[in-house]
Amino acid sequence: MTEQLSRPTVPTAPTPPTIEDNVNLTTGEVFLDRSTGHPVMQLKDVGVAFGGRAAVRNVSFDVFDREITALIGPSGSGKTTLLRALNRMHDTVRSAKVTGKIMLGDTDVYSGSTDPTLLRSRVGMVFQRPNPFPTMSIYENAVAGLRFNGVRKKALLDEAAESALVAAALWDSVSDRLKAHASTLSGGEQQRLCIARALAVEPEVLLMDEPTSALDPIATKRIEELIGELKSRVTIIIVTHNMQQAMRVADRCAFLLMGEDRTGELIEFSSTSKLFSEPDDPRTLDYVNGRFG
Amino acid sequence: MAATSSEPLGRGQRHSRFSLPNGGYRAILIVGGAIFAALVIWFLYSIVNQSRPAFSTLGFSWIFQKTWNPNLKKFGLLPFILGTLETTAIAMVLAVPIGLGSALALAYLVPQRAKVLLGTAVELLAAVPSVVYGLWGVIALAPLFREYVEPFFSSTFGWTGLFNGADSGVGLMLAGSILFVMVLPTMVAISRDVLAVVPKEQVEGAMALGATQWQVLRKVVLPEARAGLLGAFILATGRALGETVAVALVIGNSDYIAHSLKSPSATLASLIINNFGEASGTELAALFGAGLVLLAIGLTVNSVARALVRRSGSSGSVASVAVA
Repeated sequence: MTEQLSRPTVPTAPTPPTIEDNVNLTTGEVFLDRSTGHPVMQLKDVGVAFGGRAAVRNVSFDVFDREITALIGPSGSGKTTLLRALNRMHDTVRSAKVTGKIMLGDTDVYSGSTDPTLLRSRVGMVFQRPNPFPTMSIYENAVAGLRFNGVRKKALLDEAAESALVAAALWDSVSDRLKAHASTLSGGEQQRLCIARALAVEPEVLLMDEPTSALDPIATKRIEELIGELKSRVTIIIVTHNMQQAMRVADRCAFLLMGEDRTGELIEFSSTSKLFSEPDDPRTLDYVNGRFG
Repeated sequence: MAATSSEPLGRGQRHSRFSLPNGGYRAILIVGGAIFAALVIWFLYSIVNQSRPAFSTLGFSWIFQKTWNPNLKKFGLLPFILGTLETTAIAMVLAVPIGLGSALALAYLVPQRAKVLLGTAVELLAAVPSVVYGLWGVIALAPLFREYVEPFFSSTFGWTGLFNGADSGVGLMLAGSILFVMVLPTMVAISRDVLAVVPKEQVEGAMALGATQWQVLRKVVLPEARAGLLGAFILATGRALGETVAVALVIGNSDYIAHSLKSPSATLASLIINNFGEASGTELAALFGAGLVLLAIGLTVNSVARALVRRSGSSGSVASVAVA
């Protein structure tokens, strides 16, 4: 998208959507509600520490509405740690401490008055390894989040299940066996079920933690295509160690790197095209050119 | 395995000093398995053989007769079968919710340091000899039951008719309660281990959908751990069914069918330990018969519980293995 975007913490003018971005290549459907160019999530000086030892720090960037933002960087740079701070998954780790400020719209994610369960229904997550609930059927998996959030009406659940499974490009292959166990699906299908499960709750932001790292190349390709289709529907933040993947799917990239004290830091945040072709920081250039990591 | 080694592995190098050739392993497994099988068969044969005189002189119906009176050559086991089932039922009705709750708390709620402390306490309790529990029941609990617990149940739940009769302290209630205390550590220790190994990915998957902690436990952790929890239930039930000394100390040892939860009663196991010393002939055979009945009850509970879990949805553990 916009080439001149280098430091988007400074509010930028909304980018006019291009036709290319607004057409679903599979269905030909044209999306009219594309990126509004407003940040849905804002990170200000975010840091995560475990037992007093900083794992990642000084991260500030904005996540724009219905864009795909990729977190890239070598192992240990704190990508996943940062991602998990965004939906308060570190809450279960007693020694973990998140500093700085994360805003989701007008909600301060770490404010005492923010209910983490409510927050997580607004910020969904897809994990590295497909993790459908093995004791539940495909259908039950798809509506699990809605049930957690108190939806009881069968008609509503049925509708949401179909809509989410369609959106995750899984409906055609499972519509005749919704009662089957989720474990009967292939790895790629399981991951799409996990995406459907997250979409069914209709989150504003979807976090994806290396969603294709456990999948074969063909399944990976299909998930990447799916991610592209989903961006009309939900803002996506994806962690990937695969730079080609970041180039293929992301609008903007945040490059993190582990400093000398073994703490991850944000080196550069800019549009994907800029980050990969003419980054500001020489370390970014070294990384995207494959000189390390 | 040896991918880092630059030399190709020759046949001779495959076995370290500590490994056995394939045939050796097979031999150990077969011999071990055969010894185990032989012991089980020998044990069963002995019990059946010893109880045979009872069946040959009394037929089969004696098992379900109401009267135990060796002087009259009456060896009805019904009071003891009922006593066994009743005390075990009391114990498990208390142990399942309280044990499961404690296990969930230990596995998911308690801070790490308290977890270690409480976990050790649980394992310690599981290792206390049953006679100690029995003594504790007689000395500490029986007066408590006589003065407070039984009067309370009589006045509050007297209308159910389950608490008729005098407050004596000893009886079904006390025996069931002692069994509850005894099986609780077993229940908690095994359940906690089973719950703690539910994959973190499952827990996080539910959390990430906006599930509350209770929903995570109820909808994901418990179903996933179902097969293992059944194991805890079966082991605890088995211990309650067969517990002997502690029960004999606190149940009151009556040969009649209890008409109230406060009545003294007896179990198959307490019958055996109280009588085998002076028993001979048909009575001794009948006591072996009681042991056989106890074995049958244990097997029945085991298979019914298994069938229930199998019916309540195809096995979670199998599915999770397939995912992994």
